[in-house]
Amino acid sequence: MKLAYWMYAGPAHIGTLRVASSFKNVHAIMHAPLGDDYFNVMRSMLERERDFTAASSSIVDRHVLAHGSQERVVDNILRKDKEEHPDLIILTPTCTSSILQEDLQNFVYRASIISDSNVIFADVDHYQVNEIQAADRTLEQVVRYYLDRLDRCYRQEKLDQFLTNAPSVNIIGIFTLGFHNQHDCRELRRLLRDLDIGINQIIPEGGSVEDLKNLPKAWFNLIPYREVGLMTAMYLNKEYGMPYISTAPMGAVDMAEWIRQIQKNVNTLTLSSSIKRVDYEHYIDGQTRFVSQAAWFSRSIDCQNLTGKETVVFGDATHAASITKILAREMGIRVSCSGTYCKHDAEWFKEQIQGFCDEILITDDHAEVGDMIAQMEPFAIFGTQMERHIGKRLDIPCGVISAPVHIQNFPLGYRPFLGYEGTNQIADLVYNSFALGMEDHLLDIFGGHDTKEVITKSLSTDTGLIWNPESRLELSKIPRFVREKVKINTEKLARQKGIETITVEVMYAAKEAFNS
Amino acid sequence: MSVKVYETLTVECETGNYHTFCPISCVSWLYQKIEDSFFLVVGTKTCGYFLQNALGVMIFAEPRYAMAELEEGDISAQLNDYEGLKRLCIQIKKDRDPSVIIWIGTCTTEIIKMDLEGMAPKLEWEIGIPILVARANGLDYAFTQGEDTVLAAMAHRCPEPELFVRERKFTIQKQNYFAFHSIKKHELGEYANSPSLVLFGSLPSNVASQLNLELKRQSIKVSGWLPAQRYTDLPSLGDGVYVCGVNPFLSRTATTLIRRKKCELIGAPFPIGPDGTRAWIEKICPVFGVETQGLEEREERIWESLKDYLDLVRGKSVFFMGDNLLEVSLARFLIRCGMIVHEIGIPYMDKRYQAAELLLLQDTCIKMCVPIPRIVEKPDNSNQIQRIRELQPDLAITGMAHANPLEARGISTKWSVEFTFAQIHGFANARDVLELVTRPLRRQKNLEDLGRTTLVIKKNKFKMSQ
Repeated sequence: MKLAYWMYAGPAHIGTLRVASSFKNVHAIMHAPLGDDYFNVMRSMLERERDFTAASSSIVDRHVLAHGSQERVVDNILRKDKEEHPDLIILTPTCTSSILQEDLQNFVYRASIISDSNVIFADVDHYQVNEIQAADRTLEQVVRYYLDRLDRCYRQEKLDQFLTNAPSVNIIGIFTLGFHNQHDCRELRRLLRDLDIGINQIIPEGGSVEDLKNLPKAWFNLIPYREVGLMTAMYLNKEYGMPYISTAPMGAVDMAEWIRQIQKNVNTLTLSSSIKRVDYEHYIDGQTRFVSQAAWFSRSIDCQNLTGKETVVFGDATHAASITKILAREMGIRVSCSGTYCKHDAEWFKEQIQGFCDEILITDDHAEVGDMIAQMEPFAIFGTQMERHIGKRLDIPCGVISAPVHIQNFPLGYRPFLGYEGTNQIADLVYNSFALGMEDHLLDIFGGHDTKEVITKSLSTDTGLIWNPESRLELSKIPRFVREKVKINTEKLARQKGIETITVEVMYAAKEAFNS
Repeated sequence: MSVKVYETLTVECETGNYHTFCPISCVSWLYQKIEDSFFLVVGTKTCGYFLQNALGVMIFAEPRYAMAELEEGDISAQLNDYEGLKRLCIQIKKDRDPSVIIWIGTCTTEIIKMDLEGMAPKLEWEIGIPILVARANGLDYAFTQGEDTVLAAMAHRCPEPELFVRERKFTIQKQNYFAFHSIKKHELGEYANSPSLVLFGSLPSNVASQLNLELKRQSIKVSGWLPAQRYTDLPSLGDGVYVCGVNPFLSRTATTLIRRKKCELIGAPFPIGPDGTRAWIEKICPVFGVETQGLEEREERIWESLKDYLDLVRGKSVFFMGDNLLEVSLARFLIRCGMIVHEIGIPYMDKRYQAAELLLLQDTCIKMCVPIPRIVEKPDNSNQIQRIRELQPDLAITGMAHANPLEARGISTKWSVEFTFAQIHGFANARDVLELVTRPLRRQKNLEDLGRTTLVIKKNKFKMSQ
């Protein structure tokens, strides 16, 4: 048992639901008590989703506790099958219902015999893995389910002709509620078009499970974020010998590295075919120096001023590692501490940022992160929403670089973090965080802005009206943003009516009088 | 699916596959209401993630609530629950020093049968802070019913009325005698009633004092609220104390007050909307032998002041999908405003506790010459969406999970949770209810010339309006 106020990664079933609802025509059913379906709220609110989220619950209530789910789960699966005709139904327990140890696998088996849809049981342990790990596993499970059904011989024989004629890739790991995933996806599409590489499939976002059997047609796989997709890539590598690139194309240096890896993979596979070898060096050079402004920005005097400034970075493994490298390697900013809450991926993270920061912090306790930031007193923080709030409390500016995030981190405008446009966005984010901090600091030195407070909004100065203690107390309870208005209205009414002492009654009489 | 019209009041029951908030969400408003409390939710990551997401930014204002997050060892009983809770409560005492710790039992504690009620008194004695237990879990309850479980638990801690004790005290505590006497004399002049009246239901302090004032006008003194602003100020409850609810979801609390505390319950409609507020006062006054004064004129004046909004809503139709138990009261008010209500979805319907409200609903329908809407307990969201498709209501009052998808299909929606957090009680706040209800209608009016009401791809089978 531990005391917790806040968590970086959600419970496992959220990960499963995110993968399920990203696919087209896949329905997720939670075996859960009433109220556990707030995933639908998150998706509808944060992503501003226009469609009904394809996730529902098979409710666990007292009857289920007493008699077991009996036919209920099967009925719910069959009902969804009839109503919406999904290609696939994924049944997932939640933390609570997994303790019941009902044989959900058996329900799934029974339902799958009758239903037209495929039905699978999300194979994640709710007390061992978190949202991110569960998403990774579920994606792999779905892919495996559809590929393992193919006949083994068929696979062996057809493998050669299976590849597309022109070089093509799968992008794995773009999905709902991911940090800037939609924008990143668009940027990757653009990049691949520039490189003349086709996109075979993007999963799970917008993908169809019926098409998964064609995944091995791609020449290789791209895993932009290592949190989700890596398991799938490894499976495809093992079973189909598909190479994969798990570098995140974030920041100009890693971008170049990523493109070179693509080049290597394409050239290896073209050896046997008639397609000519590719050379992207010219493209990388042009993009880095002229299309992306980031390289120029690092040379400009703006960025010079940031030299040696101290920062703290915290987030998921992919974003925290990439941002750390960008700050240290590409902008000459000092990263005093860099950390991640992806404890399961700590080794990789440490290896990545070795030499780019002074200290490494691996924790999922926000208090520990807060204490570290308070100790370091950096000029700027790059972290999650949590770090933004820590920054607010400590008066340190913060740029948000990773999930978990709020609705403002699902911008309508184009804000990728990956690719060359991503380098521009990151440069803006970094510079704005510091510039704001700097401006604040200068203002402090020169005694602040002209004046912060509006001197008076009402024309009447003290009119001799007396607020009695109760009404003064009542006034203080009114939210600050309307308090002044309430005060003015009350005094107005008092003056109209010739009242000298303002009581609580007068206040509410005024509310009624001026409401209409 | 045919849409039936009823002449009498009937309550149907569907499958219970509907979206609502988990009842643990009550900590979000109760910790703010009860200033010296600390809420400890004993549950899993799922509960924590819900609170964190549902309560948004509140989490960063040093909240007086936390999760006791159960780990695998707790579930498999490898760790000692009592020792675990003791460790956390001692830490809370050290960091926050609250006057009461409220344990919120969740689905998980139910399933693993953690004996919170058994452990609380022991631990209370050991660490010296009152510990209350409320089982606000999703197995049994929906959303606002969470508050009901907390208040029911709290009712047990309310002191017995001191009336007789005080009389005895007079002789002992001479120094207090005069002070007390003078207050009493003052009160006698202003108020009519001698038995005390306690109102139950958590309301923002402004709204509570507005209702106090409303009753004061009728010379009725409210002697206390459950809950009070501080745990240490809980009202006295016992034989001969009259109690009256201000919210429709407090049936357990009402039962506890009647059965365990021997209070007299005044069954009344709820003070939502000017009609409800008037009916509420009119039920209370006769109990204390008071004849109401100027209520009718007052209600009339409020309706008068709502005129601009009434013009907007008149003749418009509403569909309540149901998730917070305020539905019947709101529907009754909106029917009185001239709206047509197609369906009142509601998680749970206590016909006894809501009897007066249901009667008022029926009367209002007759008065306004509209059929009584169907009341659907434990609704099925998927069926409801089909019905919304057929009925094409002007407004659907619904949870956030369905709001954006419905809007994209040209159905105006209002997020139902806002009614729980907005100030909707009493005469003065009737306008706030209509402000909420009309907001989507006004927005629609502002945008109607753009011709972009349906924003989903047409081939979609959910296609609704043209």
